[in-house]
Amino acid sequence: MTTAELDAIRLTLALAAITTIALLILGTPLAWWLSRHRGSVPAMLESVIALPLILPPTVLGFYLLLLFAPGTWLGRLWLQLTGSQLAFSFSALVIGSVIYSLPFVVQPLQSAFARVPDDLLQAAATLGAAPRDQFLSVVLPLTRRSFITAASLGFAHTVGEFGVILMIGGNIPGETQVLSVALYDYVESLQFEQAHRLAGIMVVFSLALLFFLYRRDRRDGWRVQP
Amino acid sequence: MSGLASSAKGLALRLSCAGDRGFVLRLDCELPDRGITAVYGASGSGKSTLLDCIAGLRRPAGDSLIRFRDTTWQDGERFVPPWQRRIGYVFQDARLFPHLSAEQNLDYALARRNGLRNGGPGDGQAGAIDKRQLVALLELGPLLESKPQALSGGQKQRVAIARALLCAPRLLLLDEPLANLDHAASEQCLAHLQRLARELDLPMLYVSHAIEEVSQLADHLLLLERGAVQDQGAMLDLCSRLDTRLSQDEQAAAIVVATVARHDEAFGLSELELEGQTLLVRHLSQAPGQRRRLRIPARDVSICRQRPRDSSILNILPVTLREIGAGDEARVLLRLALGSQYLLARITRKSAVELQLQVGDRLYAQIKSAALLLESADHA
Repeated sequence: MTTAELDAIRLTLALAAITTIALLILGTPLAWWLSRHRGSVPAMLESVIALPLILPPTVLGFYLLLLFAPGTWLGRLWLQLTGSQLAFSFSALVIGSVIYSLPFVVQPLQSAFARVPDDLLQAAATLGAAPRDQFLSVVLPLTRRSFITAASLGFAHTVGEFGVILMIGGNIPGETQVLSVALYDYVESLQFEQAHRLAGIMVVFSLALLFFLYRRDRRDGWRVQP
Repeated sequence: MSGLASSAKGLALRLSCAGDRGFVLRLDCELPDRGITAVYGASGSGKSTLLDCIAGLRRPAGDSLIRFRDTTWQDGERFVPPWQRRIGYVFQDARLFPHLSAEQNLDYALARRNGLRNGGPGDGQAGAIDKRQLVALLELGPLLESKPQALSGGQKQRVAIARALLCAPRLLLLDEPLANLDHAASEQCLAHLQRLARELDLPMLYVSHAIEEVSQLADHLLLLERGAVQDQGAMLDLCSRLDTRLSQDEQAAAIVVATVARHDEAFGLSELELEGQTLLVRHLSQAPGQRRRLRIPARDVSICRQRPRDSSILNILPVTLREIGAGDEARVLLRLALGSQYLLARITRKSAVELQLQVGDRLYAQIKSAALLLESADHA
């Protein structure tokens, strides 16, 4: 394997890991809020979050590219704060990936939270637990498994990202060239042997992760429910 | 809290709150802060809504007032959240945390009780309830390791009661805690609750629509109907009055307090001493010398001028007629004094006229055996 390929793998894993952490931090309160509110405001928010599921990634990438350009308010702010430009940077990839994979984290968490009965939270409240305590001591342990699902899906989906990254990240080795983009590069230049290697890695990784998730669901699905 | 209110007693309630089923709970009353107060009424009368308002789980209209002793939980300006109220709440469905064992459920309450304690006069006793003592009192020892899913309804409810007590509450709310239990389990829980009420000096508000539970437990009664207070007062007194909604009920009954005298194993009966008279009832579990309440339905009491002889009825007590209720066109309700206690009798208007009943008459009350023999089957 070449250094460029190892770099691409390292970059892909780093992007997926950082994105997953950011997704959990952002997605948990969002999913909680959505699970406890009804009406058109939450419905609107839900739609926006779900948008990447149906939009071509290039559409999202196109808008993000415009937003990240050095001339926009965000681009200028970023330049002032960090001293480097946002477009075609690793940070841009993280922001793009978070938006792109948000539904994969928010949706499983939201449906898990919705299944936590209010009754239990009321009981916790009467026992002296303030809302944050209720969340940590009741909601979190009861939905632990959904966090694993959400994190796995967010991670895997980020690894599989292509269109958005190509639009906003370009193809800079060691900075924004992730596996999927490197693969595209090989194919473009007719280096099929190298392309096979990367594609194979991706297939094995994705299959292993999905197998892990499905087997767990199946095993626990058969468990006698209380 | 303000100096003015520092001597306040009782639980003051002035609130209006929309319930789930279309009625509006509207009440303005003061309940005692000692003993067990039963909140009694048909389903949909606002009982659970009332408890939720007191616990802070439901927010009544802004100008409502909820004050317990010298602590205001809600008034025009403030709304103390439930986790700061120090109210124990036992729900109808127990609501144990499914991811914790019974013991961990208890520890959950214990771990949070210190943060809650804001001190204050009279708080010492409630705060002193300790886990070991409760586990023994409610016989939880063998259950501690189990997850809630593995417990029966009655066991869950006992754990829930212990859990509610371990947060060192100033007031305990119980919302039909026995409603989902079978007869044996509910009898057992009832006995536990009576014991707790005796041993802990903790005011309780007990919601029920089962008159038998209420008659056994309550010191004080709050009658709710469609969100409004029908009546309230001392339990024994309220039950023997003829002018309450309770007395118009088909199940109207007086409650008397009697002492277990001895057990007659041969006939499967127990002998009670009631105002110097003897009362035979179905075999009871209490030891001789213990006092217990008996609920005597008005429809099971008849009267005669002479003491009947050779009757199959075992319980014939000399009484004095104190009051004749209005009743309906066919029947009237009588209030009969037996020493310092009262019995109720529902008889036909025709009999009342033929016997020429006058207040002050000395009569004999016959209590149908079924009433006392099957007393606890009355439950359902």
